[in-house]
This record gives sequence, C-alpha cells and structure tokens, in this order.
Amino acid sequence: MNNLYLIVRIGDRAAALPAAEVGSVVEVDEIAPVPRAPAHVAGLFALRSRVLTVIDTRISLGVAPADPGKVLNAVIVGNEGHSYALLVDHVDDVIEAGSPEASPAVLDPIWEDASLGVIQHGDAVVLVLDPGFLIAGRLSRAA
Amino acid sequence: MDDLLSDFIAETRETLDAIASEIVAWEAAPDDRERLDSIFRFVHTVKGSCGFLDLPRLQRLSHAAEDVLADVRSGKRHPDSRLVSAVLAVIDRIGELTDAMASGEPLPDGEDNVLIAGLAATAVPAAAAPAPVATQPSRVLARSIRLPTELLDRMMAGVSDMVLARNELARRLRESATDTASEVAFERLSQCIAEMREAITRSRMARIDALFSTLPRMVRDLAGELGKQVVLEVDGGDVELDREMIEMIRDPLTHIVRNAIDHGIEDPEARRAAGKPTVGRLRVSARQSGNQILIEAVDDGRGIDDEKLVAKAVGAGIISFEQGERMPRARRLALIFAPGLSTASAVTGISGRGVGMDVVRANIERIGGTVDLESRLGYGLKLTMCVPLTLTIIPALTVSSGGHRFAIPRSAIDELVRLGGDGVRIETIAGSAVARIRDSRLPLIDLAGFLGLETAVGGGLLVALRAGGGERFVLAVDAVHDHEELVVKPAAPELMATGIYAGTTLPDNSRPMLLLDVAGIAAQAGIVASGRSEEPETEAEVVTTAPMLLFRDLDGVVRAVRLALTDRIEDVAREDIFTSGGALRLAHDDRVTLLIAAGALPDSDKVRLLQLNDGAARLAYAIGEVLDIVALPEILPAADVAAGVTLVDGRPVELLDVHSLFAIAAAGAADRKPPLCLIADGGDVWARQVLAPLLGAAGYRVSFAGEDAGAADVVVAAADACLPDHQPAPVVRLRSEVHARDAGDDSIYRYDRHALLGALSRQLGARA
Repeated sequence: MNNLYLIVRIGDRAAALPAAEVGSVVEVDEIAPVPRAPAHVAGLFALRSRVLTVIDTRISLGVAPADPGKVLNAVIVGNEGHSYALLVDHVDDVIEAGSPEASPAVLDPIWEDASLGVIQHGDAVVLVLDPGFLIAGRLSRAA
Repeated sequence: MDDLLSDFIAETRETLDAIASEIVAWEAAPDDRERLDSIFRFVHTVKGSCGFLDLPRLQRLSHAAEDVLADVRSGKRHPDSRLVSAVLAVIDRIGELTDAMASGEPLPDGEDNVLIAGLAATAVPAAAAPAPVATQPSRVLARSIRLPTELLDRMMAGVSDMVLARNELARRLRESATDTASEVAFERLSQCIAEMREAITRSRMARIDALFSTLPRMVRDLAGELGKQVVLEVDGGDVELDREMIEMIRDPLTHIVRNAIDHGIEDPEARRAAGKPTVGRLRVSARQSGNQILIEAVDDGRGIDDEKLVAKAVGAGIISFEQGERMPRARRLALIFAPGLSTASAVTGISGRGVGMDVVRANIERIGGTVDLESRLGYGLKLTMCVPLTLTIIPALTVSSGGHRFAIPRSAIDELVRLGGDGVRIETIAGSAVARIRDSRLPLIDLAGFLGLETAVGGGLLVALRAGGGERFVLAVDAVHDHEELVVKPAAPELMATGIYAGTTLPDNSRPMLLLDVAGIAAQAGIVASGRSEEPETEAEVVTTAPMLLFRDLDGVVRAVRLALTDRIEDVAREDIFTSGGALRLAHDDRVTLLIAAGALPDSDKVRLLQLNDGAARLAYAIGEVLDIVALPEILPAADVAAGVTLVDGRPVELLDVHSLFAIAAAGAADRKPPLCLIADGGDVWARQVLAPLLGAAGYRVSFAGEDAGAADVVVAAADACLPDHQPAPVVRLRSEVHARDAGDDSIYRYDRHALLGALSRQLGARA
C-alpha cells in the first residue's frame, strides 16, 4: 500500500506532492504575466506547444514570494483538463511512503487547508499538499 | 454515405463482440432481465440505423427480433429455449450480413424468412432451422477504426511541437551558413511536417451527418409522444467540421429541435384551425460559409409571440414594463435567450425544464459562435447557429499595451483609427474619457490602465470594437502588430474567472499570449449596448490604417493587397491549374475559379496563391511568396495596374488593384466561358437532376449528348456506356456501385463528389 511522493521545498519548508498527479519537473525561465489574474497565478509558460498556467505556491500558501530573477523549478500537474506549473524552490527527492495520516501538529490555517495529511520521510514527517488547493489558491477558501 | 456505412459496420461488430457473452449468459438464464435488456438495446440500435441507411434485410431481421424481445420484456411471451435459439440465430445472421457488407462480397443468400418464422409463437420445430454455416466466412480487415479523441489531441499536440522544433531549426539554419544539401533536406522535412499536420487536422473532421443522423428518430419519437405530425427534412449532412465541435453543438441542436416540435409546431387540430396543413415541417440544414458553418432549423409552427415574451419577461422581473414598451422587435425576440425565461405556458417533460435557450446561446457563444432567430408569428421560426469551422483557430489582431501583447478576435473589430487623425480625438464627459470618431462618440477604455499596467507613451491607436451583445466601445492600445490565425485554447479556470480573457494562444515566437474577451471587458467596464440606432457614419478624411498583406509577385515586384479581401493563402497542386477559354483556371475545393498571374507560373509542384473575395465573386491570384502583414496608413494614388503606391520601410510598394482584377473576372465570366462538360448519357433523371446541378455548382457549363453546345472540354459517362470512337475530350467514367469491380476499373463512384470533381479537374489540367 505504498505510494510515491515528490518531496519539494516551498520557501524554507519541505512538503510532499502525490507523485501520481505529477507529470514532470521542469525549470521555468520565462513567464508571461497575466494582468488582473489572481495573485497566486504567476502567469503563463510555454512547455513546447502547451501553454501552462504557472502557480506561485508560495503565494497560495501565504509564504513571502521568492526573489525575483531566481530560476525556479516547476512541478507539472493536470487538474480538470488544464495543465499547471507549480513553482517550488527546490525539488529534493521521490520517496515511497504509506497513505497520509492526520497531522499531529496544529498547523497554520492555510497549510491546514492545503494539507492531505503527513507521511513519514526518514526520521521526519512531511506534510502532503493537495495540488488542487494550490491551484485554486484563495479562491476556494472565499467560496 | 460510405462513411456512415463503415461507421455502422464498425459499431455493429464492436457491439456484437461485446454482447457475445451476454448472449451466452442469456441462453443459460433466459429470465435474466439485464441481459435481455442489453440484447434488446443492440437489436433496437441496429434496426434504427438500418432504417436510416436503407438496409432492408438487416432491418427486417432486427425488427422481427425486436418485436419478439419486446413481447418477452412485457411478459407476453416466455423466453423458452426455442425462442432464445431463434433470437440467437437472427443475431448471428446480423453478424454474417455485417461481415459480408464489410468485405463487399454479395450478401449470403440466407433464408431470412425461415429465421423470422422461427421467432413466431407457433413456429415450426427446430428441425426446420437452417443448417449451421459450414465455413466461417473470412473476415476482411476493417478499413476504419475508432480512436479516442484524447489520442487525436496528443497527435495534434505532437505535430504542434514538431512545428515549433522545425521553426527553431529554421532559425538556426538561417544563422549558420549551411550547404544546399542540408537546406534541401530541411525543405523536405518541412513539407512532410506540413502534410502530416494537415492529415491530422483532417482526421479531426467529421461529417455533420454524425449529428443529423440521430434527428429522424428523435423527431419521430417526440412527435408521437406529443400527438403531433412532423416531417423532417435534413440537408447538408456532408458538411465537415471538427469532431469536437460536433459534440459541442449536439446538445444545443437537440434542444432547438425539441423546442421546435414541442413549442413551435402546433397539434393537428390547431394547425387545421389556422389553415395550415396538418403535418408540420421541420427543416434542418447545414452549409459552409467562409470559415464558418451555418446550421439552420426552420419550422412552420406558430413562431414566437413577442408580446407574450415581453409580458413574461416583465413578470419574471427580467426587464421593467417601460423597458419592454420601448424595445424594438428584434430585441424583444432576443429575450428568449434571457436566463430563466421559458415560453411554454405549460412546462412539459420534453423541453422547458428551466434550462432553455439561454443555455443554448451560452454553449454556442462559448465556442465562438452566434445564434440568431427570425420569427414570423403564426408562420414559423428560423433559428440560425453560426459556428466556426474548428474549435480552435480564430483570426485575430495582435496588439500591445503596457509592454504586453494581446490578441483581439477579428470578428469583434469594427475599425482601427489613429489618434490625431482628422475627426478622431478624445473628449471627456464628467471626467470619463470618450473617443470621438467622426460623428460618433464611444466610451473609451485605455487597455493598459484597465489591466493595471504601466502606461507607456501610447502610440495613440484606437481599436473600435463591437461585442456580441451590440456593446460598442473603443480600446486604446500602444501598437498594432499583426493579423494572424491563432490556435486558441481555453485558459485555466483561474484566468477565465477574471472575465476578461477568452483563451490562450502560442504564436510562433513561443511566448504565450492571451486572447481578450471583448464582451467581458465591456461588461467589467460597465458598458451596455446602447439602444440608439446606428450613428451616422461619414467617410471623412480619417487616416484609417488597413492591414495589408505584403507579397512578392510572380514578376518579382513587391505588392500589397488589403487583408480583408484575402480569404486565405493557399498552396495548390500545379495539376489543379488548367487553361480554358484562354484564361487560367483553378479547380480547387470542388469549384472552378479564375486564376490571375502577373508572370509565368513557377515550375514546381505547388503554386502559392491568394484566394480573393469581394463579397460576391472570388478569384485566385498566384504569387511568389508572402513577405509580411503590415498596417498601412496612407495610400498615394497612382496610375495603371496598381491602385496606389505606398511606402513600407521607405521602399515603395504597389497596392494590388483588386477593383480591376474583379472587373476582369466579371468580364471574363461574360465572354470567356467556363469549361464545358458533356454528359454522355443524359437521358436519365440522375444525370439531369443530380449530376448536372452538381457540375453547375462547381463552375462547369453542362451539356447533354445530342445537344449541340460546342466542343466539350471533358466528358462524363456511365461506366458501361458506349462512346463514339473519336472522342476528342478526355472521359471520366462513373459507376453506381460503391466499390470498383476489379483493380483495373478506374471509374468513380457516382456519389463520391470529391473524387468526381477531382478527376474532372485532373483531366482538364492534363489537357492544358
């Protein structure tokens, strides 16, 4: 009953994304901004002939935005027929772990909403994030 | 029809395979209701399709089996083993007949009657059943397969990736000095990719028949249910459009047809009382017009009572009483599209369940189409859906503002004007900006300001727009770049939620670009459609820029032509061009048009040309290469061939005199006759009523054997017709069977329009 998880860094925190939902990991250089888009939508990015919507996960999670000009990694996920690039600071590893369990800690409310639970990673536990929440950003909580 | 037939065969085979196990299970447990139902559904589907495709034998068999199964379902008969075997025998025969159709072999002479008699309640004992078929008929490979759309999408995406990679490679090749050999190889690669792209695009196309074929059954069932009599006419089933588009218009069309029968066409008594024939008529047709498909549904029912509609809208609180009073008729009718308004006073189970015409319009507009209606109270209603040919390609203007590029759908653009030109200025009314263009004042939106971008020193270009609902406004942008056909994909919901974008696109420079939603911007800016009639528009001395296509002509001169007159740029096969009556002609897209060339045609397989259209006539203009698309502000009048001379990057460019070209075309139509096609055996109805109009529509003159109409350029004859030995003109032979009898038979199936017209133009081309 083990699943694969992608361990990433958002800001200075480690988090896991279910690998089953991840298409690939790419480096994002040039993002075309979208005026009047929600704050967590960083813009559009062309991956070969596909246009991806770039999500700044730091903003989705209420973390201070990254330094401009920093080359970021993006995790490509699909959601309801559209492709998204989730910006993360770093991609560490792919690990195998069981299904997420309830978090023992009292979390920051945004992280709480975004989390699917925690998994064991070595000695530590890592929070598993729901890509759908990151994509919807604050919209979902306003609804 | 061929397509439909192979679809039917593929589908029947597929279902047969799928229900084979059901049949066996049913045999074991004849009381199993679920199995019975799935077998019933199969037989029922086969019957429906056979009726439509005119396959009487299959229809008779499936009909008989359906009757028996219906009896079993309603409990009138008990499924004993004899009945089960009889049904299975019929299903086996359906399979055999389908295989025979697929292989093109004559249908096996079966004793269908014996099988059908076997189904009867008092059937002869099983001993009389036919002996099992001794040899399994060999299955031929199916010529068509079904593919998931997702796979087609992946293929399409793959080809798009290839095109981008090719463009990148082309750039690199240009930058580095390369030898001719690699250039030739690259050219070949480019051509392969272009061909593949076209093939894959075509693979996404389907005949609209796929949609229309379900209508007869639906109309029949609905009319029966409602106690009405309706005759359905369907036309234009051979029009092709994107498969996905067909799926997108399936629900709207179904809804419209249901509405027509439920609300439009009256019951027989009411019709008689109104002095109309008791049988109502519903006509559904499709045709292509430019890069749009028009689908019309016309009924002769009661039409829409706009007074009632207004009363209901007032009652539902959609509009105020005063508004209703002031509304012109067209806008009153348009109320039918308002959400929450259904015209039927009694809501029936057929239509009028709250989801109504508003959903139809929303669905059609989402795919870039429009819905129009014309109603004649008491005489009927005509609904026209106008949808783009493909879901994805939209002609658009690219503009930039505040350092960003955006695309605006060309269909929404009224005109482009430059600020500072005569009659164009910006005024303010109570602090709000208004663009004054000649005598009309329109609300002005500064695109950069509206989007919250830094406003650069604007180029002062104004784009006058007209949104779908009639809202007019002017958008100020910094620069206008290009007219392009853009492949537009829906944007992610997070972006669509802004309400100002209609989709994303990826131009050749690989920088994603957003398509603006003109109606959305109008709504967000608070602009409403003005009820005033059109402002007077006088052609003052405004500097109006017009987009121009810049090309190198065959005589080497760089010329320009107004983009609006150019339908498309196309590469056609050299063999499609032929000389007739002293003029070059092009046989392309099932039609013959005049071709004008300023110099000798290039010595290659393909000729690049412009398809020009003045709104009434078309002509083709052969060119060397396309150079650019530019917005040209001023035209200096010049003499003779060119309509004017203008400057592009400081170099003079002749403007193509389209006016005189079309004048030549019109004069040519009078004295240079189109090619004459002789129908060798013109005695029968088919030749006169089917073939002749087809040829006429394709631009040929038609004569029949025995009539003296001068020397024929080409002859059309039946496959078995005897022709005089001295036949100077080339002959195209037609057969009435779908498949050729043997490999040496080069005749053409007479309903294969494309092949027929292709063969005619090839023959003419060979002569030229």
